Amino acid sequence: MSANTADSLFDRLEPLLMQVSKPIQYVGGELNARTKDWDSVSVHWALMYPDAYEVGLPNQGIQILYEVLNERPDALAERTYSVWPDLEQLLRLNGLPQFTVDGHRPVGAFDVLGISFSTELGYTNMLAALDLAQIPLHAADRDDSHPIVLAGGHAAFNPEPIADFIDAAVLGDGEQVVGAITGVIAAFKAEGSPGGRDELLTRLAETGGVYIPRFYDVSYRPDGQLAEVTPNRTRVPARVSKHTVMDLDEWPYPKTPLVPLAETVHERMSVEIFRGCTRGCRFCQAGMITRPVRERSIEGIGAMVEAGLAATGFEEVGLLSLSSADHSEIAPLSKQLADRYEESRVSLSLPSTRVDAFNIDLANEFSRNGRRSGLTFAPEGGSERLRRVINKMVSHDDLINTVSAAYSQGWRQVKLYFMCGLPTETDEDVLEIATMAQDVIRAGRKATGSRDIKATVSIGGFVPKPHTPFQWAAQAAPEVIDNRLRKLRAAINSDKSLGRNIGMRYHDGEPSLVEGLLSRGDRRVGAVIEQAWRDGARFDGWSEHFSFARWMSAADVAFAGQPVDVPFFTTRERDVDEVLPWDHLDSGLDKQWLWDDWQDALTGYEQDDCRWTPCFDCGVCPTMGTDIQVGPTGKTLLPLAARR
Amino acid sequence: MQRIRLRYAKRGRMRFSSHRDFARAFERSLRRAEIPMAYSAGFHPHPKISYVGAAPTGVGSEAEYLEIALAERQDPEQVRAAIDAVLPAGLDIVAARDVAQCPAGSLADQIHGSRWQLEFGDAADGLPAAVAALLAEETVLVDRLTKDGKRSLDARAAIVWVSLSISSSPASNAGEPSGTEAPAPGQAARGLGDGSGPGRAILDMVVRQVTPTVRPDDVLTALQSVAGFAPSQPPRATRLAQGPIDEAGAVGDPLGITQFVNNQTPVGTR
Repeated sequence: MSANTADSLFDRLEPLLMQVSKPIQYVGGELNARTKDWDSVSVHWALMYPDAYEVGLPNQGIQILYEVLNERPDALAERTYSVWPDLEQLLRLNGLPQFTVDGHRPVGAFDVLGISFSTELGYTNMLAALDLAQIPLHAADRDDSHPIVLAGGHAAFNPEPIADFIDAAVLGDGEQVVGAITGVIAAFKAEGSPGGRDELLTRLAETGGVYIPRFYDVSYRPDGQLAEVTPNRTRVPARVSKHTVMDLDEWPYPKTPLVPLAETVHERMSVEIFRGCTRGCRFCQAGMITRPVRERSIEGIGAMVEAGLAATGFEEVGLLSLSSADHSEIAPLSKQLADRYEESRVSLSLPSTRVDAFNIDLANEFSRNGRRSGLTFAPEGGSERLRRVINKMVSHDDLINTVSAAYSQGWRQVKLYFMCGLPTETDEDVLEIATMAQDVIRAGRKATGSRDIKATVSIGGFVPKPHTPFQWAAQAAPEVIDNRLRKLRAAINSDKSLGRNIGMRYHDGEPSLVEGLLSRGDRRVGAVIEQAWRDGARFDGWSEHFSFARWMSAADVAFAGQPVDVPFFTTRERDVDEVLPWDHLDSGLDKQWLWDDWQDALTGYEQDDCRWTPCFDCGVCPTMGTDIQVGPTGKTLLPLAARR
Repeated sequence: MQRIRLRYAKRGRMRFSSHRDFARAFERSLRRAEIPMAYSAGFHPHPKISYVGAAPTGVGSEAEYLEIALAERQDPEQVRAAIDAVLPAGLDIVAARDVAQCPAGSLADQIHGSRWQLEFGDAADGLPAAVAALLAEETVLVDRLTKDGKRSLDARAAIVWVSLSISSSPASNAGEPSGTEAPAPGQAARGLGDGSGPGRAILDMVVRQVTPTVRPDDVLTALQSVAGFAPSQPPRATRLAQGPIDEAGAVGDPLGITQFVNNQTPVGTR
């Protein structure tokens, strides 16, 4: 990895950029972007979000690590995103590789290529980028000149389907572990890289916090199930643990969020007000793998908002978390932030709000400087029975009372999010979505005296995820989901006077099945991903690029002669004693507790939140040496010096 | 309420920003610079900004114009410096003037045409002949794909004058607009493949403002249609000026700060 191979490619890229759509996404130079001198540091990170720039740029994980790494004197980090097919074709034609948008350096010149997977549908984009970067697709084919390909993000909690393509994976919060990895690599390079790539990977594995798939052997039973996963050398742990940052106030990142010139999916500044969630929704992988709850303090949030607005000029601040209204000081926080920014045109938003944590006072604070255009709630399940199964208890009456109050305060539109294909679900459960939406319209008309009330019902197919109580569940087949959604549409339209005010948005069931294959697959699924990519799959999260037929034919080819097929990984229910592909990866959750919670789900038995009731022994805190961190702190935000 | 007209430049890699990209960045910079903007009335107040004729995406510019309205009186130069300081490098606010000091009429009223520079990275064999062929016509209709479908426009009639210079040394960057990156050594010859000799062509032209606007790529299309001229790579285009056009074909300053500058004799092609 000599320095001259890391020179900027921009002069050769520039003529190509005149021939592609939205060229601004490839030029970098965003407000708050950084470039460091290549030779001034020991360890060079390329950070990739494996989707288009417009989706990847706002990603908080990448922005946090980009800043944390660039603040280190021994490291630099540059960003790279998936290029659209028009540029990919031109790059190949001109012999140019995947490049970073900061320094326009070839990705292959970096020490580490860190890829953050929010969704498994980014896997083919990883292969496209590796191939374009002229990095061998298979980790086994790489030598000392190639970057360490490192996977992170939520999907990395089961990296087995991409085990052949990655050198390493890290589970959990990245802020601290990227520093530890940088330290290991810097020391290794300072020693003259003794033992080459194999020794470096071994040293990373030895830390106990970096999973190196090639150091584990997987064996299978004749029926196709896993037999066991065992380390194949002495210096690596039997199980690899996730990482947990315990004091969010010590990690106030991103301090200076990136402000793109190009249009992106989120045009706002985001502040993460807490991490983790113990509401215990059984479908929610994010809530399960990010435990325990760790709140950022009201003062820490206030400081981040102020510094971030000054650094960006954004006019909206989003207070992010998995369930933002659950912050122990959300009421004083929202009031005091609204007071601070009353005179400016900055608006506040609370993207994830539970119906039961929502109240009108809160909503009024958040709309003081903004708009009352729409409120979003996610009951997830159509019937009360189903909501007990998924442990998301929102009663029909609660929802109707809440939306009535909202409509009477000036809101005119409510969005409701649901899932279809949940365990134990029947047609009747899904049809209750129509009843709920119709009651919302009725309540809105009654509260306002106006007929101009709108509700949108948005439905996604449920995908069972690893490290959740539903990890054993059978995924619903696409035909089942599509059939239920057809019946739901008919039910919504059965009353024309209500139905015309109800919008219905949904995805068909096929992409969910592929996501399910990639989520709960084992190493044998890697061949399907590679085949699908060779057949042209990329940007699988985009409906105009996704092809179900391509995936199924790739699976036919890759699984030929094996005792497994797509249903084996998706629509098949697993048994209690089955070895799961991610059992050697430790999210802290006790497998027995997950199983018990799965059994409780089947009987509709609810589980409380450990923030307000005694510990129910999910296992995370004792295993990881962590604890819940919630306020209230009782602190207040003082008004800032007068702003214009 | 005070109105200020600003001239800005899109330089270097920032020429790849679209007008929408610029507009968003500009509005954010107004907030960061704490400019006391006047806002429109209504449910969704917007800062009062009006733009004229933005250069196409991928085309650089030394002369873009817009007008902003302020709620309180400010020194235009201080406003210019404050906004410029918070915009990304390459999006540069280069001049500001109170509307009261500017020539009478709206900003759009001052825009009669643009001076464009097209730099061809490779030896543009056939360019002189193509330019001559284009100028020999009175009318050359070209089609452009817009979001409303195909539109036909006359790329020849809008041309006031064209000047072509061909430098013999590919490495010399005479005429390089400030702020653009110099090409790598050898780049000028890359992609040619036919070894048809060194040289770098710069096409300088003034095009009258008509509706729909005739852009540099429309002129390129016209060169292709009259003489089959097709460079292996698209030229790098830059708007050097836009504003009123005097009798000699020079493009003036719509803010009225500088006089007509005519450093290029409008001799057609040579």
